[in-house]
Amino acid sequence: MNTERRNLRNGLLFISPWIIGFLCFTAYPLFSSLYYSFTQYNLISEPIFVGWQNYYELLFVDNIFYTVLGNTLYMIFVGLTLTTIVTIAIAILLNTDGIKGMSFFRVVFFIPTLVPFVVLAILWIWILQPDSGVVNSILAWFGIDGPGWFASPRWAKPGFILMTIWMSGNMILIYLAALGDIPKSLYEASSIDGANVFQKIIHITLPMLRPAILFNTITGMIGVFQSFAEAFIITDGGPENATLFYSLYLYRNAFQYFNMGYASAMAWILLIIALTITLVFFLLSKRWE
Amino acid sequence: MKESLSMNDSPAISRVHASKINKLIQRLLVYLLLILFALAFIIPFIWLLSGSVKSSSELFADPPVWIPEVFQWSNYYEAFTSFPFWLYFKNTMLIVVCTCIGAVLSNAMIAYGFSRIDWKYRDAVFVIVLATLMLPFQVIMVPLFLLFKDIGWTGTFLPLIVPHFFGNPFFIFLLRQFFIGIPKELAESARIDGANEFIIFLKVILPLSKPILATVIIFQFIEAWRDFLGPLIFLSDNRLYTLSLGVQQIMSENDPRWALLMAIGVAMTLPIIIIFFFLQRYFIEGITFTGSKG
Repeated sequence: MNTERRNLRNGLLFISPWIIGFLCFTAYPLFSSLYYSFTQYNLISEPIFVGWQNYYELLFVDNIFYTVLGNTLYMIFVGLTLTTIVTIAIAILLNTDGIKGMSFFRVVFFIPTLVPFVVLAILWIWILQPDSGVVNSILAWFGIDGPGWFASPRWAKPGFILMTIWMSGNMILIYLAALGDIPKSLYEASSIDGANVFQKIIHITLPMLRPAILFNTITGMIGVFQSFAEAFIITDGGPENATLFYSLYLYRNAFQYFNMGYASAMAWILLIIALTITLVFFLLSKRWE
Repeated sequence: MKESLSMNDSPAISRVHASKINKLIQRLLVYLLLILFALAFIIPFIWLLSGSVKSSSELFADPPVWIPEVFQWSNYYEAFTSFPFWLYFKNTMLIVVCTCIGAVLSNAMIAYGFSRIDWKYRDAVFVIVLATLMLPFQVIMVPLFLLFKDIGWTGTFLPLIVPHFFGNPFFIFLLRQFFIGIPKELAESARIDGANEFIIFLKVILPLSKPILATVIIFQFIEAWRDFLGPLIFLSDNRLYTLSLGVQQIMSENDPRWALLMAIGVAMTLPIIIIFFFLQRYFIEGITFTGSKG
């Protein structure tokens, strides 16, 4: 047997667990959800083929669907933008020359990402408690009457955004690593040209961070689409569906209303939206170059 | 450099002074901001800790009480006895340990096939691995549930464990990056001595990869420990509940006892924070590795 064939055989042998896993736990579910999305299936009777009906209902009949989509896109565009600004700011601060206590700060910013989801829920229900919560009592020191957060249709999503920012320590670490890779000579050259701190950030730091921003934005977007436990436990979608996010509504359709076909159609729409947004981010990032 | 050359005339000296003072102010400002951010990140934990030893009336006090008058340590005792903590803990640990074993075994092997062996179509297939990294779980959740239901696995730990023995795109990527960095010569000399791929994998590559394998284990440990959606979908019998499901069940009761929940929260979080403290090097390597090269 020649080397090329032996290598092919060995290569396939080593990745065989992935091939099996990919076929059984990714490819098969992906395509069978496409099939189910054209059926009505309640787990008890056999699936009935209904054509485009699920898609039609989602897009043209179901009013809640657009609320859900709006909530989720809000978390992506508003939430992720704020998260990106805060995490880059913290990373730039940490990257300042001669800052001591780096490992302490790193631990502090990273630990929230390790907290189990149920504990996260317990924590934030209390942090954002309207009367006795920490955030509102701090606001009260400044004479600000804090909002009802998770109890208010208007402030529930901003509450979740605060929580997301708190949990974005891995983004900070990624930005920090990327900042470390920027050659010092770039900053020195611009100092000689008389650039101030903000000019340096805009003309050197942010452009050099572009790949890291793209990476964090795409993984962050997938994270928003996947985030489920927080909303399920804390608000269960309320008040007035203000925190009914995509994955929660999909879960409800599948496991509370037992509309497997409807949920599968939602899954495919989700896939298409996620792919589109990824593509747009890629193109925007290219353009910025 | 420029300034030190013109040290002799006095306006330049005062300029040096000014820029030094400027630097000092800048640094103070940076520390101030960092400490403010750090406080914002720490306060929720302090609140959880203090809440776990408060009485119910202190918990609801307005303005909030930070240090309880009497530390209610009994909250912890009651927390462990008011629900089957140890049973749920054992269930959780069983899942965690099994998935960690699966993750290390499968991903190391798969990543070897994607990095140390040169075969046709390899890089094309690897693109598929990367693509699955961007697939939200919700897209395949429903058919996955139906599949496991059809083969009678729902209501057991199997759906939560078995898939981890078949690779995870994130870990494959992480390990592949590491394996690529190991010099080719090391494997070549073993190959000349007559070792086959499997021997090289076991005797040469794995011993050199202990740090990155540790990273995989830690990430998988945390992931399985935190998981909520998986157990929620696949486990129905409450004797099989994980800690997360058990806690959620208490929370959904009418008027739950929050101090106890906070005590359980501390008990569930403290172990991972301790693990992180001792092993933070591995975490940071793992995360920056994927981010900077992704």
